Order: sequence, then structure tokens, then C-alpha cells
Amino acid sequence: MEKLLKILEDNARLPLEDIAAMLGKSPAEVSAMMDLARAQGLIKGYKTLVDWEKAGVNRVEAVIELHVSPKKSRGFDDIATTIASFDEVESVLLMSGGYDLQLTIKGKTFQEIALFVAKRLSPLDDVLSTATHFVLRTYKREGKLFQSEEIDERELTVL
Amino acid sequence: MIDYDRLLSPRAVAMRPSGIRKFFDLAAEMSDCISLGVGEPDFKTPWAVRDAGIESLELGRTRYTANAGLKELRIQISRYLERRMDLRYDPMRQILVTVGGSEAIDLCVRALVSPGDEVIIPEPSFVCYDPITTLTGGTVVPVPCKQEDDFRLKAADLKAAITPKTKLLILPFPNNPTGAILEKQDLEEIAEVLRGTDIMVLSDEIYAELTYGTEKHISIATIPGMAERTILVNGFSKAYAMTGWRLGYACGPEPVIKLMTKIHQLAIMSAPTTSQYAAIVAMRDCDGEIERMREEYDQRRRYLVKAFNDMGLTCFEPKGAFYVFPCIKALGMTSQEFCGTLLQEKHVALVPGDAFGESGEGYCRVSYAYSVEHLQEAVKRIRAFVEEHTKA
Repeated sequence: MEKLLKILEDNARLPLEDIAAMLGKSPAEVSAMMDLARAQGLIKGYKTLVDWEKAGVNRVEAVIELHVSPKKSRGFDDIATTIASFDEVESVLLMSGGYDLQLTIKGKTFQEIALFVAKRLSPLDDVLSTATHFVLRTYKREGKLFQSEEIDERELTVL
Repeated sequence: MIDYDRLLSPRAVAMRPSGIRKFFDLAAEMSDCISLGVGEPDFKTPWAVRDAGIESLELGRTRYTANAGLKELRIQISRYLERRMDLRYDPMRQILVTVGGSEAIDLCVRALVSPGDEVIIPEPSFVCYDPITTLTGGTVVPVPCKQEDDFRLKAADLKAAITPKTKLLILPFPNNPTGAILEKQDLEEIAEVLRGTDIMVLSDEIYAELTYGTEKHISIATIPGMAERTILVNGFSKAYAMTGWRLGYACGPEPVIKLMTKIHQLAIMSAPTTSQYAAIVAMRDCDGEIERMREEYDQRRRYLVKAFNDMGLTCFEPKGAFYVFPCIKALGMTSQEFCGTLLQEKHVALVPGDAFGESGEGYCRVSYAYSVEHLQEAVKRIRAFVEEHTKA
């Protein structure tokens, strides 16, 4: 299962037959494994990596560091779940180190994100402080280079 | 005016040329050309190895090393071979660090072969064995390996090729270009033919770590009675994605290694120092990296074998290296015609099988040292090509 998940993580658009060949299994077997993986919640969804800058679409992205006060019994779960339920929030991660939660947020403008932080995030009781960092440029995402493609410099040889 | 043709060494001139340079030059000029032609990994050298090279430069370790290579590297090579291949070599007397596996092959042939000696070379195989043998004045005795035998060297064919002049058997498995391997049974049978003779074996195991399936690579030197007649050649290029570092090694009986070291000392001095420091880390700490790359190659291998068989180009399942070797006879073209036309019409570069010896005719070598996306695009074009030419 781990190998299948790794293949799908790299490229979710591979035809079923090709994945089956790569794993040395039948398409039916792989199809059943994928159904199982979805049913068990191992696969959370399939998305496309888009270079919005190249597509000429204005999108603003920010990473927000949050200090929050954890609850006695539930730790960070309550506040993290509350924040995760906002549609604007792309990801919520509990971090080790200098702050507690890391959020990524996407919006159309800087102002939209600033308003979200000011009006929705900061007023939450358990949020102690926020630090918002805007993304200036994407160089690599999910293992793919965004600014330049790597050139294959290998020589054609019979060696 | 000097007539250079009269000056050049006839033996060097007579070396078999690669013959497909023009073909590759053409491919290099096409901007949208998809190549499955290279013979080196697409992975980068593991970072820990690169870092060790950088560190050695920062520390100013920029001088020659001992002729046979850094002592620490030789020790690590001997430990690696024991750990992963069940082989035992004395790092002080039986291991020589060379400039790639290629130099080790050259040294071994030069150390053993005299004019008139016969060298048995299974075909299809890597292109250097034949010309290097010719250069020493040796005579090449090709032994074709056939698809019906999974391109293995059969003991009976070997036996039939042996004469009183036979000096050396070159044993290039896992094989470039076919991807064939030899299993224990095959090796036992070959050993049975060789035991009791004075024939030496040059076992080129550069692809040893890239062996797929449940069985691990087995070196012929582990077969009883064979270590004393085997020169093992291996290197860092394929398993550790270190082609550009130019580093390999040879292991074997002390008298042969000693003579090879003498030639190496005079011709090369010592293998690149930076590469040697980097290679210590490769040998010591990178078993996990090998496994990661091997697993990826394995998936691509299975993908390509199925893709070629599905499009009607029968392709035996190779268990080693990073090549598949589909048969293109169904299209009624020679290997050169197939690859040439495919390049012209679909801008896909493969290597014609006859580049690896006459018995490679009717096949082509397809490298899977490429991402799956790259392979998919190439397969799409080749499939269209096959469909168009099957109808015609």
C-alpha cells in the first residue's frame, strides 16, 4: 500500500493500468487498493499543482504563525479544529519550536488576508498572538520546480 | 604534409567504432527530442556523498592519493563487498581504486591479454570490451546470448567457444544493454566449465545493485573455486548515481591486482582524490539511498516491459541494470532503420541493438533512467510509430 500511495502522491494522473504494471499487480487489485485507501481515509483527495503566477492570475498567499492557549483536556485540538473549519485556511499544522500552529491562507488580495487575520483569527479567545508572512514567490512546491525547469544535461551514449 | 593515416597505430585505428555518433548528433539538434538513450542515472548523487566531496576540498585534500587508492576507501570497499555481496577481499593487497569501472576493465585486459590470446565476450554487451581487447592484440570470440535464454550466457555455448588460446572470459552481468542477469544455477554451470582451466574471468558487476525481484545479485566470485580466477570490476557510477565522479574499483587475486596497479600507477597515477573522499561516505552510509533508487527503477522497469509488450514489440523481462531490450523484428526493419526512422518521425532517440554487437540486431536498447512522465510521453510516441508502420 505504501508504494501505491507514494506513486499517487507523485502523480495522481497515471492510468490505472500503468500503476498496476509498476507495482506488478493487476488493475483490479490496484483499483481495490485505491478504494480501500479512500475508505480508510489514507487518500484525502486529488489536486492539481497550478503555477498561478505563470497563468497570470493574482493570488496572495500567507503563512501565519499562531501562539494559542491549549485546553487542559483537549490540548490544541479544539482551537486547531475551529481554525481549520474556516474556508480561507488551506492548511493547519501543529508545530514544534517557537510557535504552536502554522496556517497557510490564500486570498485574492493582501487586504483580504489582512482582514481575515484581524476580524476572524485574532479575536478568537484562545489565540494569543499572530505573525503573518506573505509569500513573495514560489520556487518549488510539492517537489516540482516552479521558476525553472531542470535541463537534462546527460549525453546520449552507449556506455 | 604529414600523412597521418600512415602514422596512426593500425591497432588503434582497427578498434571497432561506435558507429552511431552521427545518429546522436542528429538527436541533439532536435529541440523536442525525447531521449531514452542515456546510460546513466537520472538521480543526483546522494547529498551526503556530495557534501563529503565538498568537505575534502575545503580541507585542501587536493593531492595525489596512494596509487591503489585511499586506504580508508579500500577498507570501506572491502566492508561493503562483504556486507552486501558476501565477498572477502584484503583491502591492502586485493583492491585497486580506478577511474571508473572503465579503467578497471582496461587494466584487467591489458594485464592479462597478450597478442594471440582469445577473449570470450558474450553479446550483446557494453561496447568497450571488444576494442580494448583488439588494442592489446587479443582476439575477440563473441558468444551470442539469445532472447529465448533470457539473454543469459549458457554454459554449453561458453564451452563450445573455448580453445587452448582462451585467456579471459568477460562476464558482464547484470547486462548492458539487455538487462539480463545470471542466477546461481547459471553461475554454477559456468564455474563448472571454468574450474580446472587457466581461464580468468573479468566479472563486470557495475550494475550489481540494480537487480530486481526477490533474489539479490550473486557474484561469480562467491562460487567455490572462482574467487582465485575472477577479477571483479565494480564502481560508484550506477548504484550511487556518481557517473561524473569517475570512480570504480577492481578486486581479485593479488598478482593480477598488483600488475594492474603497476599499469594504473604509470598511466593514471591515482584516481581523483575528491571522488575518493566522497566515495568513502557512499560505501559507508548510503545503503538506504541505493534501495530508494532501486525501488524507483523497478517501477519504471515494470511499466516499460508492459508498455512494449502491449504495443506488440516483445520484450523479455530484464531483472537488472536500467534498460529494457525490446525486439523490433515485427516491424520488418533493421535496428538502425527502426531507430533512425523513429528519430526522424517521432523525435524519440533509442539506441539500436546492433551497437552492442551483431547479436543485438533486431532489438533496441531503451533506458529507464528517466521520470515516469518522460517515459509516458516516449511510450505514446513509440506506440503511434508502431501503429503507423504496422498498418503500412
